[in-house]
Amino acid sequence: MFKSALLLSTAIVAAFPAMAHERRDGGKLLLTGGVSSVDGAAGGGLASWALIAGDETEDGRGGSAHATYVALPDFDLTSAGVAAGFSNRVEISYAYQRFDTRKAGAALGLGRGFTFGQHVIGAKLRLAGDAVWDQDRLMPQVAVGVQYHIAEKAPVLRAVGARESESADFYIAATKILLAQGMVVNGTVRFTNANQFGLLGFGGDRHRGRSAQFEGSAGKLLAANLLAGVEYRTKPDNLGFAQEDDSYDLFVAWAFHRHASLTAAYVDLGDIATVKRQRGLFLSLQGSL
Amino acid sequence: MSFVPIILLLMTQAATPPGEQPVAPYPHHNANAGATPFADARMWQAFHESAGVGRIVDDLVATNIADPRISDIFKGQDMVRLRRTLKEQFCYLLNGGCDYSGRAMAAAHADMGIQDADMAALVENLQAAMRREHVSFAAQNRLLAKLAPMRRTIVKQRDLDRRRPGG
Repeated sequence: MFKSALLLSTAIVAAFPAMAHERRDGGKLLLTGGVSSVDGAAGGGLASWALIAGDETEDGRGGSAHATYVALPDFDLTSAGVAAGFSNRVEISYAYQRFDTRKAGAALGLGRGFTFGQHVIGAKLRLAGDAVWDQDRLMPQVAVGVQYHIAEKAPVLRAVGARESESADFYIAATKILLAQGMVVNGTVRFTNANQFGLLGFGGDRHRGRSAQFEGSAGKLLAANLLAGVEYRTKPDNLGFAQEDDSYDLFVAWAFHRHASLTAAYVDLGDIATVKRQRGLFLSLQGSL
Repeated sequence: MSFVPIILLLMTQAATPPGEQPVAPYPHHNANAGATPFADARMWQAFHESAGVGRIVDDLVATNIADPRISDIFKGQDMVRLRRTLKEQFCYLLNGGCDYSGRAMAAAHADMGIQDADMAALVENLQAAMRREHVSFAAQNRLLAKLAPMRRTIVKQRDLDRRRPGG
């Protein structure tokens, strides 16, 4: 992990061209910094995209902060985090997720209101392409990223079969705005061994190592400040005690202010820890500079 | 053999349109518009033809010179000429039957130090002008998709800068 982080930071330093122009914060076109995904990286609601967080262009710094609440029939998932963008090239993010088992906690033998939690520290580097301006090329904006997860309640995670309570996800994302069609599309391949985004630890009795998972998003611009779309995210199925399902959502992201947006979604996370059909409402408020 | 058309070209350019400041001669060519026109007439209709494009460009220029983010860039520039050449450029790209007589994008924006944020501000002002003209959102985006790649030759004049010592 630390070797990869070192490699990534070396690549980040090498990626900066000589900067002879005036530095200047802000100025990114509306919504082209994406919204905050549950993992804290700029993206859609569930998927991490190749866009870089914040309102900055290649000439400045920017940042965003988010609070997300996912209300499910038997659980609550909340996430809060911050991200910083540098020169529309590098993104650093942090998110804390809290997963409240409410009444189901008692049924699962964890105790009513038992809460899982995890920290997600992310870094993303835009490698090539421009999702917004290169409208005469099919080449998407491509970024690679790492998300280091530190899950809480390690003894409980081990008891359900997880191998580790900390692990890194590696991903490559490609995002393109097809402006003439009014579309935004994204595809991400994530190498991960996270159980339920990492809230239930990493690896399991069925599979230990990372596998390639896919995140796909497609959205239609309804207005300059309004994007509606769908996302699909596959997940590993590492734990023997409960089958883990893929997830999807139908979302609307609305930039109601230059520096603030609201994302609302219908989200289906499938079965979670033997509790069936966790579908509900995803609400995320984001501010950006 | 070929000097007669050149002389004719220089003669046509020598006549500065009324209200405009004279500019150094340059070859006129529709390729200077920086993109190829739409194939059909639907876009021209979506922009309400000559009258609509006229209103959008007048609105855009007025908004830009009043916009504190980018107003400095327009100081000392010939606004009469800008309005005329922008209307020609839009008319040409929207397949409205005009020729573009302005300079190429790189030449027209040379040494202005235009940054991404400036271009984004102009895009926002253009979006607002198109909205006020009630151009459909889909038609707005089709035009913007044609204009967006011009960033490569407008913002920072990257290629020119790199060739210039100390640039």
